[in-house]
Amino acid sequence: MNSAIDTGRQETAAPAIELRGISKAFGPVQANKDISISVAKGAIHGIVGENGAGKSTLMSILYGFYKADAGEIHISGQKTAIPDSQAAIRAGIGMVHQHFKLVENFSVLENVILGAEDGPLLRPSLTKARKILTELAAEYELNVDPDEIVENLSVGHQQRVEILKALYRHADILILDEPTGVLTPAEADHLFRILRNLKNEGKTVILITHKLREIMDVTDTVSVMRRGEMKGTIKTVDTSPEDLAERMVGRKVLLQVDKAPATPGENVLEINNLSVIDDQGVQRVKGISLNVRAGEILGIAGVSGNGQSELLEVLGGYQTATGTISVNGQEIDLTGKFSDGQSRRNRGIAHVPEDRHREGLILDFSAWENTALGYHNAPEYNKGALLMDNAAIKADTEAKMERFDVRPPNPRLAAKNFSGGNQQKIVLAREIERNPDLLMIGQPTRGVDIGAIEFIHQQIVALRDQGKAILLVSVELEEILSLSDRVAVMFDGNIMGERQASETNEKELGLLMAGMNEEAN
Amino acid sequence: MQKMPKWADIVLIPLINLFLAFIISGFVIWSIGKDPFAALNTMIEGAFGSTNGWGYTLYYTTNFIFTGLAVAVAFQARQFNIGGEGQAAIGGLGVALMCLMIDWPHWALALPVAIVGGAVFGAAWAFIPAYLQAKRGSHIVITTIMFNFIAAALLGFLLNGALKAPGMAAESPGFPEGATLPTFHDMLAPLGIEFSRHAPANISFLVALLCAFLVWILIWHTRLGYAIRSYGRSETAAKYAGISPTKIIIVSMLISGGLAGLMAVNVTMGEAERLVLNSVEGAGFIGIAVALMGRSHPVGVVLAALLFGFLYQGGAELSLWEGIPRELVIVIQALVILFTGALDNMVRNPVERMFLKLRKGA
Repeated sequence: MNSAIDTGRQETAAPAIELRGISKAFGPVQANKDISISVAKGAIHGIVGENGAGKSTLMSILYGFYKADAGEIHISGQKTAIPDSQAAIRAGIGMVHQHFKLVENFSVLENVILGAEDGPLLRPSLTKARKILTELAAEYELNVDPDEIVENLSVGHQQRVEILKALYRHADILILDEPTGVLTPAEADHLFRILRNLKNEGKTVILITHKLREIMDVTDTVSVMRRGEMKGTIKTVDTSPEDLAERMVGRKVLLQVDKAPATPGENVLEINNLSVIDDQGVQRVKGISLNVRAGEILGIAGVSGNGQSELLEVLGGYQTATGTISVNGQEIDLTGKFSDGQSRRNRGIAHVPEDRHREGLILDFSAWENTALGYHNAPEYNKGALLMDNAAIKADTEAKMERFDVRPPNPRLAAKNFSGGNQQKIVLAREIERNPDLLMIGQPTRGVDIGAIEFIHQQIVALRDQGKAILLVSVELEEILSLSDRVAVMFDGNIMGERQASETNEKELGLLMAGMNEEAN
Repeated sequence: MQKMPKWADIVLIPLINLFLAFIISGFVIWSIGKDPFAALNTMIEGAFGSTNGWGYTLYYTTNFIFTGLAVAVAFQARQFNIGGEGQAAIGGLGVALMCLMIDWPHWALALPVAIVGGAVFGAAWAFIPAYLQAKRGSHIVITTIMFNFIAAALLGFLLNGALKAPGMAAESPGFPEGATLPTFHDMLAPLGIEFSRHAPANISFLVALLCAFLVWILIWHTRLGYAIRSYGRSETAAKYAGISPTKIIIVSMLISGGLAGLMAVNVTMGEAERLVLNSVEGAGFIGIAVALMGRSHPVGVVLAALLFGFLYQGGAELSLWEGIPRELVIVIQALVILFTGALDNMVRNPVERMFLKLRKGA
């Protein structure tokens, strides 16, 4: 912490932001513990930490959403009170949230002036905003058509609108919370160009992310948080991803997946000309064909919302589709009586869903009740025609928790009381230990701490080595590349291409994820 | 992290809620110039002071167990069954038809048939809203409320027409002698216990307790119960698990309607011994409060039903002996519902904070 203040003092001007001794508790949870941090003017400063490390809380305090229990905020050397977000805006702080706060059916211009109108009549504000937007676009590569309706914009462009909103309000300090989660690699690169331009104009950028690669690429200094505490601020050039990961987790972690080359066998899953039309009548999957062989991991890359979720839902039995899907050479029912989760499980398909809070777990249920989810008809969980064998489920859960190192290993604890990584382990244990022929995994490590990621990846590879077929869907390109043997890229409901993981790279896949085209500005 | 121990959640908080409701009720009674302590004494004396009082209290309790269980089972599947009133009324029709069907030789034969009749009719009445919810998305709260009115109109029509007994009153003929259920007096006399001859509590109370036990088995120890609870807590997770929402909505509502219909065994067969208009008298709605207070758990439902049985019987005594108007008794009942149901968080949050402080200190 002293080093943080030192970096601040080395600069000639006062630091853009200085937090001194910020503490915040939610009930028994100390989200922020005596946090001091100083960010120099004109720097890009990264904040990394695992889920629940307190990054978001800290930024919420800075933006006036929460009030700190103790501590001071200094903006450009001035002690500043930030009781609400209006005060934060006045202090020159702008925030780009992970989930955008835009009015979808307003134009870009209307969104930009919303809440910052100059008077009761809109016309003068709109004219002024149009002029400023044009200037900003030229200055920072922030090109967006000011008259376009926001819902028609790509996610990357919507994010630019958020940045424009902040700049229009004269933000000198820009906070971005997990900005690249929904972007293609090319869009992310463009974002980083914008951030560098902002920096060159003397703006200060704070980047909250869990992607260590981005920290290394774009930041000048980086702070690591762990369990509500600031574990130090370092210059980015003096560190490495491995070093940062170790500081975040508190022990050495293996970032690379350790696996032998695959020895694929027969086709386990064959998908032919599969199309999905969702409840709104939108075609989400457009006649795709895929296959996964035994002993192989097929990764499906793509920005979220390009049909991967629907593909998993069809395979999981809760979305109807046209086309054919065969498992072990036998067709499965896609629309009729046997297109449900129970029938799928009977056919040897196990599914770790993308969203464990919505689908994979029932958060109010205890761990043992969740272990029976989807398998409540299994003979070993029942006794007689009517009754479930709760004691047997508890014992089985305890054994699974032991093998998957779930902490705390208490089957009676409600699922919501486990950390993200341990929740995911409960789901994985349930699905993997059924010894399925085909395992589908959506976003295996979303919201999972680094320590658990390592373990989860090992389990997936181990299952592959037992000769099982694995269909992996992830929006994390890094994860796809390191885990998969073969990669298919989905864009707008189509398969844009398939590559051997060993023969491709992020750049090539990134282009495919963007629909083959160079990024359209 | 557990916020507070389970006993505090289940026992302490309802007791504090109840205590607050009684304090405010006390002020209300005091403000109309009556003595709140005397009133409380009258209520307790009237409800539990004699076997006659007990007989009435348990009679009401029986009703509330049935309707409370009905709401609780539906709650477990996240269906808000407001239609207990109508389902119980139609259940009464089923019970009456069974009792009038033949000249029953003995109650032991009539009771099982009447139970089936009440349950099937109640379930059938719940089936239509359930089907509309499951297949057409018509909101079950709206449809079940409407079905209460339809049930009342239907019974009015039948009791003034096809089922009407000769005479002035809109009621069915009396049930045959062999369909008379044993009261507590009849059941306890062989054991040498003297129980009031006039109290209406009857063997249906035991049926209610049996139902509470069966509901407990159903919800926590069967596959169907597991599926119901899964669906009730997360529709998306239930779909993922291959649990059919349509099936769960319909089955849980059938069970719920059946339980509500069983209330008629107590009222129509056990007490009135004929089908009368408006025999349910709001018990279907009280069931909602009972299920809320009992946290949709059979044990909680039985205890909450006993509380409301006490309020009903004690309240009747209050208007009889203390000159406190009946409307004010309803105010007291409303306060209990308000504090135990709607204002639950008002007490819960401070108590949670207190436990956190205690834990930190420890």
